Amino acid sequence: MSLTLIDKIWDRHVVATTAAGADLVAIDRVFLHERTGAAALKSMAVSGRTLADPARVFAVMDHIVDTRIGRGDQTLMEGGQAFITETRAAAKAAGITLFDVTDPDQGITHVISPELGIVLPGCTLVAPDSHTCTQGALGAMAWGIGASEAEHAMATGVLRLPRPKTMRVRFEGALAPGVTAKDMALALIATHGAGGGAGHAVEFAGSAVTALDIEGRMTLCNMATEFSAMSAIIAPDETTFAYLAGRRYAPADFNDPYWQTLRSDDGAVFDREILIDAAAIAPMVSWGTSPEHAMPIDGVIPHGPQRAHDYIALAAGERIEGTPIDVAFIGSCTNARLSDLRRAAALLKGRHVAPTLRKAMVVPGSSAVKRAAEAEGLDKIFEAAGFEWRMSGCSLCFFAGGESFPPGSRSISSTNRNFEGRQGPGIRTHIASPEVVAASAIAGAIADPRKLAPTPIAAQAQA
Amino acid sequence: MTPFTTLSGIAAPLLADNIDTDAIIPSREIKNTGRTGLAEGMFAPWRYTQGREPNPDFVLNQPAYAGAKILAGGSNFGCGSSREHAVWALAEYGIRCVIAPSFAPIFAANCIRNGLLPLVLPRDGVEAVAGHMVAIDLAAQTLTCEGVTHSFPIEEEARDMLLEGLDVIDLTLKSRSAIAAWTRADRAERPWIYL
Repeated sequence: MSLTLIDKIWDRHVVATTAAGADLVAIDRVFLHERTGAAALKSMAVSGRTLADPARVFAVMDHIVDTRIGRGDQTLMEGGQAFITETRAAAKAAGITLFDVTDPDQGITHVISPELGIVLPGCTLVAPDSHTCTQGALGAMAWGIGASEAEHAMATGVLRLPRPKTMRVRFEGALAPGVTAKDMALALIATHGAGGGAGHAVEFAGSAVTALDIEGRMTLCNMATEFSAMSAIIAPDETTFAYLAGRRYAPADFNDPYWQTLRSDDGAVFDREILIDAAAIAPMVSWGTSPEHAMPIDGVIPHGPQRAHDYIALAAGERIEGTPIDVAFIGSCTNARLSDLRRAAALLKGRHVAPTLRKAMVVPGSSAVKRAAEAEGLDKIFEAAGFEWRMSGCSLCFFAGGESFPPGSRSISSTNRNFEGRQGPGIRTHIASPEVVAASAIAGAIADPRKLAPTPIAAQAQA
Repeated sequence: MTPFTTLSGIAAPLLADNIDTDAIIPSREIKNTGRTGLAEGMFAPWRYTQGREPNPDFVLNQPAYAGAKILAGGSNFGCGSSREHAVWALAEYGIRCVIAPSFAPIFAANCIRNGLLPLVLPRDGVEAVAGHMVAIDLAAQTLTCEGVTHSFPIEEEARDMLLEGLDVIDLTLKSRSAIAAWTRADRAERPWIYL
């Protein structure tokens, strides 16, 4: 029988099926962060429960940790320090591996888990963070959960779940120059809606997907939660195995024939299929307050909910290009990996952000990304262009009560969410690729990166 | 967990699509590492004015809907961050059921774990009941409003958990020996998983 990759991984992990038809699915890895990790671990301790296997549970400080150079446990968020100190204490008591504030391996969960080889093809991995689906780019079944489910997974080693329906989204053809995985994701969500993936686990496939490097694949899978998908996955291939081989928690080699079985069989039937012409995708930018409010950067703003037009202060029928911006942010689990920073730096080299900008900031996705970027001089390019260079963390992807801007400020951001108030009360957020953020920072207004010639940045050894 | 069997009350209308968990409980309103103290921050951006006075335009600030236990929302309700604080905030405020055409998956799972019913009706059904008194019977999977009875779907496992108010971890731990047996066999086949 022909099976999808999702079904193969699911079947491999079913321990039992309940009378009501849910599966007890074995969970190979749990990853916590300080925003919700302390709550889950403390709640377990209070109820007298222990971890089924602490060696397979990891935690990191990423959500509210300060990103200013020289940081410690202090955060700008009121009361934020308690999340850090309590998570540290709870992680120590539970005996799990913690990548602490000053750890050289610290970084955003979905950046460091692949870097360290914690996520592996064919494994199940959960974290109380909706962007856990990012890690499906490595061929894992990875998805976001709540704190109670994290507790459940840690205490029992399994989760009780209905089997998701399967969807395949195929991007066929070659991306045009200046178009990236972020644009693929936004094009999908703009066309099929922020709820378009509801009830489904999605496999991304097609020639434009296999042509992506691992970092691009992570960006694409990252946005699956904005599509309301339960999870996203890309079949592992030689690119995947080459990326993971030799990383700290990964097997040294992937020559065992097992790894080749991790793909959808020819003839596998999905509950739903979507086909997208990758060559027709343009650089995208969001105009409204949902990721589905996204459009080609050279297009005209469509009609959306009036509330979204009112909040973002842009009317249907206007061009989005040329809209003045106040803030430019490159960061987050979506687009703050080394390749993202290189591509942005290639546009910024020899140029400067517009004097009208209130702030331009770049926050590397991990401490390792930061070191690698500095080794090839990207920090100097960003700083010369007028960007602030920071320590790694989630930072301005959302507003935790720390840094923000006056209501009405307009931000161009390489992040994943443009919700009302996401980056602070009244802030208007436009999500886009790092290229679009860089070009817009230079122009002081939303700008098309295809109109700027990049200065090639020599790729050096990766972290 | 409090069992959910039947519930009657007015369905407060909040009919926008894609209501996200940042709107339900903004990150800055999560001020401690526990699960309580969140009701005050629920829907803060819409519920309060800039000076944190009650915003009279917000549905739950209107006399007809004050203290409502049921919300009628748009599609993809609860999208965005996985923060369970969104459900904890709703539950602490007293919301026991959200009616919507669809829910974001993590939010729906969080609801079940906290005794809150994510009730799916077609869009026209949600619009028909929004603002009206409704009576919900979970065992029968029905919602009655203005003499019209609507059926709603729910996974059997989720329904049983809500009906019985089960501690789901304890329930799963009854399968401890099956999990241990599976793990022993898996360790032999996928040793790289076990660190």
